[in-house]
Amino acid sequence: MLMRSAPLLPDGPAAPDAVVALRGAGFGYGDRPVLTDVDLTIRSGEIVAIVGPNGSGKSTLMKGVLGLNERTSGTVSLFGVDSAEFHDRARIGYVPQRHTLSASVRATAEEIVSTGRLARIGWLGRLRAADRQVVARSLEVVGLADRATTEVSTLSGGQQRRVLIARALAAEPDILIMDEPTAGVDAASQHVLADVLERLVERDVTMVIVTHELGALERLLSRIVVVDGGHIRFDGTPQEYAHARDHVHHDHDSHHHDHELDGHASLAHGPLDTTHPEGRRP
Amino acid sequence: MTDLLTVDFMQRALVAALLVGTVAPMVGIFLVQRRLSLIGDGMGHVALAGVAIGLVTGSAPVLTALVAALVAAVVIELLRTRGRTNGDVALAVIFYGGIAGGVVIISKSPDGTPANLMKYLFGSILTTQRGDLYLFAGLALLIAVTTWVLRPRLFAVANDEEYARAVGIPVLPLNIVLAVLTATTVVVAMRVVGLLLISALMIVPNAASQLVARSFSSGLRWAIGFGLVSSVGGVALSYPLNTPSGGTIVLLAVGLFVVTALVTGILARVGGRRHDVAERHEHEHGAECGHPAVPHGDHVDYVHDGHLHAAHEGHYDEHGVHHHEDSLAARDGATTSDTIAPTTGTRP
Repeated sequence: MLMRSAPLLPDGPAAPDAVVALRGAGFGYGDRPVLTDVDLTIRSGEIVAIVGPNGSGKSTLMKGVLGLNERTSGTVSLFGVDSAEFHDRARIGYVPQRHTLSASVRATAEEIVSTGRLARIGWLGRLRAADRQVVARSLEVVGLADRATTEVSTLSGGQQRRVLIARALAAEPDILIMDEPTAGVDAASQHVLADVLERLVERDVTMVIVTHELGALERLLSRIVVVDGGHIRFDGTPQEYAHARDHVHHDHDSHHHDHELDGHASLAHGPLDTTHPEGRRP
Repeated sequence: MTDLLTVDFMQRALVAALLVGTVAPMVGIFLVQRRLSLIGDGMGHVALAGVAIGLVTGSAPVLTALVAALVAAVVIELLRTRGRTNGDVALAVIFYGGIAGGVVIISKSPDGTPANLMKYLFGSILTTQRGDLYLFAGLALLIAVTTWVLRPRLFAVANDEEYARAVGIPVLPLNIVLAVLTATTVVVAMRVVGLLLISALMIVPNAASQLVARSFSSGLRWAIGFGLVSSVGGVALSYPLNTPSGGTIVLLAVGLFVVTALVTGILARVGGRRHDVAERHEHEHGAECGHPAVPHGDHVDYVHDGHLHAAHEGHYDEHGVHHHEDSLAARDGATTSDTIAPTTGTRP
């Protein structure tokens, strides 16, 4: 196996605050890699957006970190432990993209959020008073304390999204991974959602937000990673991202590709481009 | 009723009905949640093959049925996890293989009469033996305790399997446990409602309970209630009416479902017409909306321009005028507190 070293990067595999570290990682389903050669380190306290158009591989990347698909190459370490030996998965909070919380049976917001606590209490443990307090606090953080006993199908789309965030928080995770938290949510709810995420930022929650549009979330981010065509195309701060985006635009217009930006050419089109028609609200 | 209870086999029949009426809906709610309402039916098919093997080999049909159903349960769950494309077809092969094998094997057994076959397919609670009853009671207790203890985890896995896997809840073991619980319930209910009607007692009480419940836990309680009324009521009715117990139980359950659907439908219409809806506003009431929260019965109202707003299915209900003017939020406009008009609830 080829040893991959990244001497230019300040973080080695031993970076002490690395929550997630991927080295030459590839992910896919049934041995067919969708995403290859991923080097990515997410440190404690970072708010990272993983952006890219549909089919770019960003969801595959996220599911790879969560252990929901197959790793085809490279290494993944979580909290400094190789993912194959990492069993404390409750430390990773997952907020999936779902449109209904409980379609087949009735359930309350509190009941859904309580399932998030189960990962912390083992096979046979019962939810104790302390666990119920954590559940109640999680609902409070997302602003739904008054809806704890509301049946979830009567909640709005944005509120249901917040129930899913509360469910992840109930496990008291060290990192939150969110899949398209704002997709399909109306403007008013997007602002409430952004406020909720801001509250989490204030609490130093490490977050990875997978999204195809930055929208209201952009102000919260400390870093942007662009995935397209199964590779990471860009990795930097929002300022660098804005600069690269402008630069590529300019470049694209003048039909003069310089070598360094060749890999970023995909930035010129796609949903990242705020002036592009695809960037519209759903 | 005292007359009913003095008949020895009726006592046994009612005890068996009590057991089945409790555990079948308990397990069934998770099947409904996972959209596997018909899997109990399939396991009943396979259990028939087990019964047939028991009759041919001279061993207890209940035990051989239990073994057959348990093996089928585990195989089905593994197939569901493995096969992404043909899992459905594989289930059909197992289910119909089971019932066809059962019918053919029974015909070769010494007492393989059509009457004997009917007994297992549609239940014959009145022939329940005392020994069977102890076994059923033991199994029913096992099902009830296991389901109750694992209830939050079974709910979590059935609710969102991908999430459960991501946070490290043991998804496959829990799904196999549910399959085993289903198989065991099928065998316990075999004598009472019959292999072809078992699924009904697992599913129909839950269908009715979902019409009235407002939470998962209340849904479970209602389902057990409906299940008990159907099973005990069905057995009690089948004696004076001289009808087969299994069919009577299921018809009673279906009847309860229809009545519940009608009643809840009418109540929803009446209630929907009667309540006042507040004017639309863009923001959402909550801890940080700036509007004071006021407890009102079982819920919380928010004081919005002097009116009480209560969240209700995607809109706000108008719950009348708020009278404690001093508690109004300053943010809402300091002048409003003096100018509250005694209006009634208005629609937008």
